Amino acid sequence: MPPTLELRVNGQPRRVAAEPDRPLLGVLRDELGLTGSKYGCGEGQCGACSVIIDGMAARSCVVRLRAVADREITTIEGLEADDGTLHPVQQAFLDCDALQCGYCTPGMIMAATALLQDDPDPTPEAIAKGLDRNLCRCGTYPKIVAAIRQAADRMNGGDR
Amino acid sequence: MSRNTDHPTLGNLDFELEPERYELMSGLASIQLDRRDFLRSLGGGLVVLCLLGRAEAQESRRGRTGGGGSGGEPREIGAWLQIGEDGTITAFTGKVEVGQNARTSLAQAVADELRVPVDAVAMVMGDTDRVPYDRGTFGSRTTPTMAPQLRRAASAARSILVGLAADEWGVERSEIELADGAVTHPPSNRSIGFGALTQGRRLVEAIEEDDAPRPRDRWEVAGRDAPKANGRDFVTGRHRYASDITRRFMLRGKVLRPPAFGASLKGMDASNAEAIDGVTVVREGDFVGVVAPDEPTAERALEAIKADWTTPEGDRPSSQTLFDHFKRTAEDRRGRDDSGPIGQALSQADAVVEARYTIAPIAHAPLEPRAAVAEWDGDRLTVWTGTQRPFGVREELMNAFRLAEDQVRVIVPDTGSGYGGKHTGDAAVEAARLARAVGRPVKLVWSRSEEFTWAYFRPAGLIEARAGASKDGTLAAWEFTNYNSGGSGIEPPYAIAARDIAFVRADSPLRQGSYRALAATANHFARESIVDELAHAVGMDPLDFRRKNLDQDRVRAVLDAAAERFGWQGASVEPGHGIGLACGMEKGGHVASCAEVRVDDSGRVEVVRTVTAFECGAIVNPLHLTNQVSGSVVQGIGGALFEAIAFEDGRILNDRFSRYRVPRLGDVFDRVEVVLVDRPDLPSAGGGETPIVAIAPALGNAIFAATGRRIRSLPLAPRGRLPEA
Repeated sequence: MPPTLELRVNGQPRRVAAEPDRPLLGVLRDELGLTGSKYGCGEGQCGACSVIIDGMAARSCVVRLRAVADREITTIEGLEADDGTLHPVQQAFLDCDALQCGYCTPGMIMAATALLQDDPDPTPEAIAKGLDRNLCRCGTYPKIVAAIRQAADRMNGGDR
Repeated sequence: MSRNTDHPTLGNLDFELEPERYELMSGLASIQLDRRDFLRSLGGGLVVLCLLGRAEAQESRRGRTGGGGSGGEPREIGAWLQIGEDGTITAFTGKVEVGQNARTSLAQAVADELRVPVDAVAMVMGDTDRVPYDRGTFGSRTTPTMAPQLRRAASAARSILVGLAADEWGVERSEIELADGAVTHPPSNRSIGFGALTQGRRLVEAIEEDDAPRPRDRWEVAGRDAPKANGRDFVTGRHRYASDITRRFMLRGKVLRPPAFGASLKGMDASNAEAIDGVTVVREGDFVGVVAPDEPTAERALEAIKADWTTPEGDRPSSQTLFDHFKRTAEDRRGRDDSGPIGQALSQADAVVEARYTIAPIAHAPLEPRAAVAEWDGDRLTVWTGTQRPFGVREELMNAFRLAEDQVRVIVPDTGSGYGGKHTGDAAVEAARLARAVGRPVKLVWSRSEEFTWAYFRPAGLIEARAGASKDGTLAAWEFTNYNSGGSGIEPPYAIAARDIAFVRADSPLRQGSYRALAATANHFARESIVDELAHAVGMDPLDFRRKNLDQDRVRAVLDAAAERFGWQGASVEPGHGIGLACGMEKGGHVASCAEVRVDDSGRVEVVRTVTAFECGAIVNPLHLTNQVSGSVVQGIGGALFEAIAFEDGRILNDRFSRYRVPRLGDVFDRVEVVLVDRPDLPSAGGGETPIVAIAPALGNAIFAATGRRIRSLPLAPRGRLPEA
């Protein structure tokens, strides 16, 4: 029997029975039912699995479970407010229609959210650097850049 | 007309409306249905079936002839529409949503005809039990064929609703209007909801597809921006892709892959795998898979299998020898005939280009790999999977397990993209095989490496060409042979007196298949590079040279639009930079791209700016058409600059994103400008493919302008740098 570990996910304590060296992504998806984080590559290259761990964007497909036992994990499911209000980054992706098939979108939004926490007014170069490992195969990058700029402007207190 | 009978008859064929007792509104033709009880699942209200016209039915019909009754032609249904008793509007189509936003554009068509907001229309797509047969979502056919069918059905529904209201109120039809989901009679201020008009009856109407869709000038909902249908589900992570589906008692499967293409299983020892708690090893012929309670256990079990493979002997083509291999195995070795019209035209030309172009095989690499969940209920099979061909996958499953049509249901949730790469049902068949063996639902998700190796590729191509122009810039001779990659977009948009154009099949060592715009990218790359060379050879501006020779006005219009936005004429270009352009057409779309690149001393290529103008008739949704054009250009930049599958000895050498570079945000930023050219006077064609074809030659021509080097192979800059000179 795998050991039972305690995690903190989206502000809630969650107990899972899983091997400590198992990648976090599979645990989120298969054990906790949080399927918003996606599998895309398993080597931390595509970012479809991006979550935020203690304020930093992380590729959950290459993060081992044992490494996050006492950390705060936020997934796309934890971004909305309790009343259903979207996070400004989610709202900006929706408003800018910055998605096509949408498979990269949750990871893209998580990476962008972490980026904006770190750098509230990112230049295009900073956006490129922050999202270098978030692939959108549909090529929606120009709109993703626009969405991140719009979210930044709103979070900084207004539409410039 | 048959009314109020238990078994109304349509033409020669029993159209069994039991047990729902649908009331037939007209006795139109005979109808052939895949599942006659489909109406049962629809519930009450008004149902309109759109029968395919003869030509469309020819295009749509599967390989067999329909088993009609005596005499009458069996008829195929293209789409159907239901207005429920509660007024909900649902349209049913076999097309699928893979990110091209057909769910949105088709809802726009229906909403337009019924005068309701776009979000009042629900689309049921790609569920083989609930939607009419469809060949698949490819070839840019959704907008030109499915949208008109749904429009026709919705327009018939509108007409029926008006008729019902006129009868109900005893007024003239002409005094009745539709607005906000209700039928109104303004003179008497009466209003009634769509659903209420059916008064608990179940009405069915079958109509003929017609060729006269609602003219663009009467569009209200279509023709404007509409955001992605159900967009909120995607930004919240709620949408369930095939890989997110969960069933009770579901297990996880993995498949044992051979070490190389063409290898066969000699023997295996699976005892270590079978010793793992909860693991079942399934072997059927060369197929070996494992089923386990969770994915890590399935992976562990797979690694525990000791398998012995026989790999094919002898030298096998590799990425290095691929193009010679095409030449060697070409089905038709075209001899060089210099005495014919081409030879004569070339000998009289002032400038001649003779060159060989190569196009590497590339992968679609959809971000959602192939995935399927299969569940058996006795001898009935349900599979959730991401595919562009739900009915094609159903057929694969029928063949694999010897099942009848009504024993297999394929459900395609909106899918994590395809780009032509998801035409087959590999994962669906594998999951169903495993599920059958263990008697439990099984989910199978291909790893990225499996996706890179065991899917299929965009065909590589070798193009040999000779072309000539006179010194006044008139194209005079055009000899163009494409080996292996295909004939799409091979036809030049230029007037050329002497032409000899051919596509020649050859042996491909890689499994190859469809890809966004098929071979049109290869053919445009070669053609527009040659045209550029000829323009330089006769000392003409490449834009002027093209304008002089184009005989397609719609291509000329996008070329002018792109050049104008780009500022082509009189552009001042910094040292180390270069600008290039290219144009073309395919599948009803017309495209031109201009590009500026910077090439540094190390040969590193940076895309500085691109402008792409696109025209495909009347624009249905400018927002999403812009997305399709922009996305095509970004994807096209990948194939143009750095994507290439490397292989050797039947093995893929770069089976992961760390080795197979696809465009990243920093490769393009927002440097993808789009100019949409609207032609409200022309029918709408699809826009998801053709915008990809001009960017590669535009970049190649820009690199030439920057460096004086003519690169005649795609990718132009493997690993980000130009090849060694």
